[in-house]
Amino acid sequence: MTTEAKPVLDGRIPAGPMADKWELCQRELKLVAPTNKRKYDIIVVGTGLAGGSAAASLAELGYNVKAFCFQDSARRAHSIAAQGGINAAKNYQNDGDSVWRLFYDTIKGGDFRSREANVYRLAQLSANIIDQCVAQGVPFAREYGGVLANRTFGGVQVSRTFYARGQTGQQLLLGAYSALMRQVNLGKVKMFPRREMLDLVVVDGVARGIICRNLVNGQIETYAAHAVLLCTGGYGNAYYLSTNAKGCNVTAAWRAYKRGAMFANPCYTQIHPTCIPVTGEYQSKLTLMSESLRNDGRVWVPLKADDTRSPEQIPEAERDYYLERRYPSYGNMAPRDVASRAAKERCDAGFGVGSSKQAVYLDFTAAIQRDGESTVRAKYGNLFDMYQKITAEDPYKSPMRIYPAIHYTMGGLWVDYYLQSNVPGLFVLGEANFSDHGANRLGASALMQGLADGYFVVPNTVADHLATRKLTPVSTDHPEFRRCQEETTNRIKKLLSISGKRTVESFHRALGKILWEYCGMSRSAKGLEVAIQKIRGLRTEFWQDVRVLGASNNFNQDLEHAGRVADFLEFGEVLAQDALTRNESCGGHFREEYQTKDNDTLRDDQNFQHVAAWEYAGENAPAVRRTEPLEFTEVKPTQRSYK
Amino acid sequence: MSDTLNLTLKVWRQASPSAPGEFKTYKVYDISTHMSFLEMLDVLNEDLISKGEEPIAFDHDCREGICGSCSLMINGQAHGPDRTTTTCQLHMRRFRSGDMIVIEPWRARAFPVIRDLVVDRSAFDRIMTAGGYVSVNTGNAVDGNAVLVPKQNADKAFASATCIGCGACVAACKNASAMLFVSAKVSQFALLPQGQPERSQRVEAMVAKMDEEGFGGCTNTNECEAACPAGITVDNIARLNREYIRATLTAE
Ligand SMILES: Cc1cc2nc3c(=O)[nH]c(=O)nc-3n(C[C@H](O)[C@H](O)[C@H](O)COP(=O)(O)OP(=O)(O)OC[C@H]3O[C@@H](n4cnc5c(N)ncnc54)[C@H](O)[C@@H]3O)c2cc1C
Ligand code: FES
Repeated sequence: MTTEAKPVLDGRIPAGPMADKWELCQRELKLVAPTNKRKYDIIVVGTGLAGGSAAASLAELGYNVKAFCFQDSARRAHSIAAQGGINAAKNYQNDGDSVWRLFYDTIKGGDFRSREANVYRLAQLSANIIDQCVAQGVPFAREYGGVLANRTFGGVQVSRTFYARGQTGQQLLLGAYSALMRQVNLGKVKMFPRREMLDLVVVDGVARGIICRNLVNGQIETYAAHAVLLCTGGYGNAYYLSTNAKGCNVTAAWRAYKRGAMFANPCYTQIHPTCIPVTGEYQSKLTLMSESLRNDGRVWVPLKADDTRSPEQIPEAERDYYLERRYPSYGNMAPRDVASRAAKERCDAGFGVGSSKQAVYLDFTAAIQRDGESTVRAKYGNLFDMYQKITAEDPYKSPMRIYPAIHYTMGGLWVDYYLQSNVPGLFVLGEANFSDHGANRLGASALMQGLADGYFVVPNTVADHLATRKLTPVSTDHPEFRRCQEETTNRIKKLLSISGKRTVESFHRALGKILWEYCGMSRSAKGLEVAIQKIRGLRTEFWQDVRVLGASNNFNQDLEHAGRVADFLEFGEVLAQDALTRNESCGGHFREEYQTKDNDTLRDDQNFQHVAAWEYAGENAPAVRRTEPLEFTEVKPTQRSYK
Repeated sequence: MSDTLNLTLKVWRQASPSAPGEFKTYKVYDISTHMSFLEMLDVLNEDLISKGEEPIAFDHDCREGICGSCSLMINGQAHGPDRTTTTCQLHMRRFRSGDMIVIEPWRARAFPVIRDLVVDRSAFDRIMTAGGYVSVNTGNAVDGNAVLVPKQNADKAFASATCIGCGACVAACKNASAMLFVSAKVSQFALLPQGQPERSQRVEAMVAKMDEEGFGGCTNTNECEAACPAGITVDNIARLNREYIRATLTAE
């Protein structure tokens, strides 16, 4: 592995005091005159919070936007499933919140592995997001006086989270979707649903278009533009079982990587502490129980190992509220990585509950006694219903059983301060980029980031790209489009021609097991080396023995899945390689060799206070590791403490 | 008590929009009662692939009842027998060993079949395009607390806004009417101050588009409410009717 020898990456952080950087940057950005905007075509792949908000805002400005998603409607992007809420530094509660505090919490929550300037801008923009969504008619929760309500999320000590019961993502996405549909009506956005992006087209070093498969008729389509925005979400499904939707994939990002875009920090994956545990081999996904539940739920396990009594039979004195015990000042609101590891530690030590012993209790008895069942129902009704539907147990009567699961990915395509990747003209937004959450994301901050990127950052920075770069006219007749189209077609033919014995699903499951075992909540050099060997073996087997039925020229879901699994099999190796190379623990990346005596992460700022960005070096060559050093001028990196 | 089921499935198979479709019968064995309905179909599909038969196509994504992708008429009921439950959240403990289950796509003129159990619901997007929004550009907003919204109104607007756009209301209705879907969006905005400026245009444009797309009229059989996985009530339809009358009466 080539390390550090290459020139370091430049995040292009604007000069000036932290609080003025974005303002100063905007002053310097070149503009596109209103009458010229209609001359530019912009491709937006993905219609989640990031893509939906970007496509709508760019169209409002006058650009011609083409928006793509693989679902049958833009409204179904996985942002729809976000439950708990969205942060904003409004300080409506008068509890000492500020832009600076939101910035600080996010930097600390990310275990000092994110770029200060991006995070500061995010905190500054957070308040505008709430205003914009309210103006769109997003029905946030309100108090009796008519003002907006707030709740608390993990890793912070203020109440700054705005919410719409347990369906915040749904309401925010429908807001962005409605803005998008309005632009479709005005003719400024053309929507392309049921399309899967399968390649990025780079002409003269600049991103100029995409290759898509029309998922209804199987046609391989080409689209050209002056800029391409990838807003394609996270790669949690590499682990097979996750809280992501079944269609979530790394394909768009991975194809861009293979065309030169760098992939940053793939090993930073978030494992959410409160998900419904696995029950059987047939299980197709895991369901999140929102972090907001920890506002009122208390996490515990029996004090005695292998206690088989039902939770009601275990008296108060024989329970271990281990988060409250270990982290008295944050208690049940400790950040996700900390809470997940603590659950694993208890279960591994034999204190787990339920038939699998891989679960802990999340108990609402105290809240129900204090506030009454109807209050608890008003706050979390839909989550309790979901729990009951899946488990057939009533969480109003007995505690939920929960266990950590893969949920979010902090890593993603590398972008500079302008959200532009190292390939000019390729911008990356939302969960698909790596930018703001360092090694661990705090709750309610992904929705904030996606919308900040799409509503407020990219509409400014794309203009600068269009105004300053000489963009020669490029149409889909350009040889590079033809070449990429042909490569895509050949790859599909190859997948269909193998006619092996093993299903796509079984390969995906097998990859997920490898990653979860060796690259999940805790990792070691030895384990990661094993993982890399196993992934390579599985990938070879895939290309020899996978069975994909049907044809390329019609609706074929198995073929779609096959392409995504093929990419996960390549990507998984880089993920493991990144984890192996990062010889420290930080946030969600926990290397057993590097821990404090209390089982907390032990960073190595001397050697690893940087972003690791992987560059594609060819089919059979190992990826090249580049770095972007991280400088902290506002917050001094310390050992994170939530005690 | 047995924890597994053996079932007979009659599933609609249709190779393409123009191909004739037919029911095919499949047997599945040892289905865990903890499985979701879609996981049961996954098991069947794995089995079909291993036998060299193409798997059954069905729409799904989030598998937690919120994205509105999944559909299916299960024994003649949209999303199956459980109230306020999507197919992806329906669990096999609801069935008995030996049951025969008939699985069909949504059937409506405005929702043509694409393949097997997958239909084209883009008509819903076109209705939204006609007026399902507040016309406010990014950057135009005032402070979120500048306009107060009484909690009761905010809660009611939220209840209407939780529609997942799955199309069960249309599938359950003998007239294939989209009134519940349209009324949910019209209600959300009619209940909020942000929706007032375009209140009349919105309802007129959305209703006109709904008719144009080939959805049927509403004859108050309330099957839509019974089938709705998001619990959208027919009160919304009553409000839609009032909004529509108000808009047409006050038209200049
Ligand atoms: C269950 C759950 C609950 C969550 N709760 C919260 C919360 O309370 N607060 C919070 O802040 N965050 C939460 N998160 C995280 C947050 O929801 C996501 O990080 C965020 O919504 C991602 O938005 P996005 O726009 O980047 O991507 P997505 O919403 O995932 O959208 C991706 C888009 O890209 C398209 N796409 C993907 N690949 C392709 C391709 N190859 N070709 C064409 N189109 C493609 C998809 O069709 C889709 O439109 C939650 C996440 C989950 C899973
Ligand atoms: S798959 Fe999303 S609602 Fe059923």
